[in-house]
Amino acid sequence: MKRKCSCKRHIFCLGLFCFIYILFFKMLCGPGERYLPRKMAAQEVQPSETIAKLKLESETLKTKLEEERAKLHDVELHQVAEKVEPLGQFVMKTRRTLKGHGNKVLCMDWCKDKRRIVSSSQDGKVIVWDAFTTNKEHAVTMPCTWVMACAYAPSGCAVACGGLDNKCSVYPLSLDKNENLAAKKKSVAMHTNYLSACSFTNSDMQILTSSGDGTCALWDVESGQLLQSFHGHAADVLCLDLAPSETGNTFVSGGCDKKANVWDMRTGQCIQSFETHESDINSVRYYPSGDAFASGSDDATCRLYDLRADREVAIYSKESIIFGASSVDFSLSGRLLFGGYNDYTINVWDVLKGTRVAILFGHENRVSTLRVSPDGTAFCSGSWDHTLRVWA
Amino acid sequence: MTISMVNPSGNLREQMPFLTKMERVIVSMQDPDVGMKMRNQRLLITVIPHAMTGSDIVSWLTQKYAITEEEALHIGNFLVKYGYIYPLKEPRNLCLKQDESPYRFQTPYYWTSTRWPASEMDYAIYLAKKNIRKQGELIDYEKECYNVLHKRINHTWDFVVMQAREQLRASKQRRKADRLVLEYQEQAYWLVNRPPPGAMEVLEWGPERGSIANPRVQLVTGHCFFLNNACVCECSFVKYCEQYQDHDPIMQGCLPSNPWITDDIMYWNMNSETAVMPTKLRVERWSFSFMKLLNDPLGQKEFLIYLEKEFSGTSENLLFWQACEDVQHGETSRIADKVDEVYKQYLAPGASNWVNIDSKTMESTLEGIHQPNRFVLYDAQRHIYFLMKKDSYPRYLKSEQYKNLLEKAIVPQETKKSVFPFMRRQRHSSPSPALLTQAGDDDGKALSSSVRANTSAPSPT
Repeated sequence: MKRKCSCKRHIFCLGLFCFIYILFFKMLCGPGERYLPRKMAAQEVQPSETIAKLKLESETLKTKLEEERAKLHDVELHQVAEKVEPLGQFVMKTRRTLKGHGNKVLCMDWCKDKRRIVSSSQDGKVIVWDAFTTNKEHAVTMPCTWVMACAYAPSGCAVACGGLDNKCSVYPLSLDKNENLAAKKKSVAMHTNYLSACSFTNSDMQILTSSGDGTCALWDVESGQLLQSFHGHAADVLCLDLAPSETGNTFVSGGCDKKANVWDMRTGQCIQSFETHESDINSVRYYPSGDAFASGSDDATCRLYDLRADREVAIYSKESIIFGASSVDFSLSGRLLFGGYNDYTINVWDVLKGTRVAILFGHENRVSTLRVSPDGTAFCSGSWDHTLRVWA
Repeated sequence: MTISMVNPSGNLREQMPFLTKMERVIVSMQDPDVGMKMRNQRLLITVIPHAMTGSDIVSWLTQKYAITEEEALHIGNFLVKYGYIYPLKEPRNLCLKQDESPYRFQTPYYWTSTRWPASEMDYAIYLAKKNIRKQGELIDYEKECYNVLHKRINHTWDFVVMQAREQLRASKQRRKADRLVLEYQEQAYWLVNRPPPGAMEVLEWGPERGSIANPRVQLVTGHCFFLNNACVCECSFVKYCEQYQDHDPIMQGCLPSNPWITDDIMYWNMNSETAVMPTKLRVERWSFSFMKLLNDPLGQKEFLIYLEKEFSGTSENLLFWQACEDVQHGETSRIADKVDEVYKQYLAPGASNWVNIDSKTMESTLEGIHQPNRFVLYDAQRHIYFLMKKDSYPRYLKSEQYKNLLEKAIVPQETKKSVFPFMRRQRHSSPSPALLTQAGDDDGKALSSSVRANTSAPSPT
């Protein structure tokens, strides 16, 4: 029986769902902050009764939502993609190996010039490379170990990094070989636990950070001022990614509470939340169109979440893949999803069909970070085996 | 078997979920029907039951998970590294060899997840046993550990020695084959949990996670909640992928060639921001979405030229949009000045470049300008953006200017493969962006604000 594709008929469920629902509820530590939904605020009830009632209400709303979703005859992405041409033989090799870190490489980022990268490692070293020639151009030693986050500024003139020092610092890149980069360091972000990820927004002036203290924050680089903070994760936030969409000003974060949250940068509100992973979410990355994002988790799966349909639409997993995915990124067209895993391999997935296209061996220890270059010609992976590899 | 730790907030957190998955594999390998075929293995004069060869393990994994031998060997290696399978021939070398070497399954008693974390007391007893059994059987690093433990838990050392003697006595009463098996099992467990120096620490996991409890309620506000039909959304992914497939260098290759593969940077030169004549693919991309056009500085330039030439002359929209971007992404200290400039040029009644915003947005923007912040122009900027997207952008795509450019745009020739395939091209370095901007800054003061806004926009492709 052929199922007609109901693409032509758009079904929207509107405003019947003007609701506020509580997703996470724990005993609050003090009477200071109590977020009661508007309709309950008017009543005078005992705190414990309120919480129990709200819990029940949130559960009923959730089930209602699921029922409505089911009515929309939602399908999986791979079913829609049945008619798409399958991909041919896939060949990707290591084209450059960057050796120079003396310890585990934890994070890397590309420069907008498509050939330079910055990488950070466990021993506190942050190195800027011209990956094309494999030359090291700058090196900084941070005062802390486990530098888990680093980012290249859009202008190419500075790098940001941080880790166990709970801070995010910006280093302007000086071309004077004799100048000590560490002297010009600027402390921008301050968290109360380790820094897990950082990213510049569209300019050198603002940095978005995520931390083990469960929050994300937006900072002004010039003044070091906190512009906006984002609360809502119940545990460490491990990753974030800025949306490429035209309306901009949103980003997604993933954490140890198995949730991926989408935030509005202006208001600090969490506008969407997804919880289908079974373990820590190590990495999140937007689909190139900005309408979806992928996540990689310790539960050995990568998943694709559609922002408009507000649900998970694909799972990328295989029984033989046992170890967690530490980092994910899309190719330029969004057809391929590259995942770096803790079993030292990189798995390449066909995003539409949900199948694995290739498995790349090469690293001799866990792959900790993976990013596709800005023009999509290659991707770089960093590993606990002290090296970075550029694949094309 | 899962390892769960209760963190300060009282929630259970599953540690190392991959161990659970590994155990599932191990269990299915031992399935009586579809599991591995095991046989007795002769070790010198003792016969050890339920052993299997390395190549059997690899072929079973290959068949069960429909993977290549390389991948099966890779997975099998982890099973050995984490102590779920141990070798009989070279027991101290935890790695899988794809040959006739014998291996055995570890008893669940010694699974990494069952007894985690390994206790110091147990390790002390193990080392004491080894020491008592044969003088000098302890390896160097084990001797060191033994001494350290002796110092640390000296108060219970009698208990340790007593336990060690008891266990040795009990094992002497066993058959030789069983005794050997128990020894191997215990040894494998300690190789995983107390690896010798230089060996990879498989249980190393990085900084501790989940130690902070976050007792907050999370509110997700869902006003006017649109639940789109997922089918619609998914079709859009298919369309997007198809549209961009030719533009994806990893999938389709790129002309003239991928710099990473051929060491030839012609591709980057042709697509740089300063390129005079853009490539055909680049110009095509401008027609995919308005954002793609604006993200490319060359596209922005072309679009501005078109707007200026239009008879109604709507270039102020684009200039306004650029100025708003500058406010939003620029230095905080200059926001007030910039907003003032924008007001004077674009919003004040009778301004030289007055933009046509609807009255409601204009009112709220003018009010907000009294207290300028980064997002005060956000609504106005969005209004103008969508105005351009709906009106000027489609007209630009149909214009002669765009069509001519598309026709004249370059389609690079594929680089001919070198006659001497082993000759490597010299990899030229490029000037650092930091250098370029430093030089540009000196001239910066002379540049007009619109061009500066151009260079601060994100770079193309």
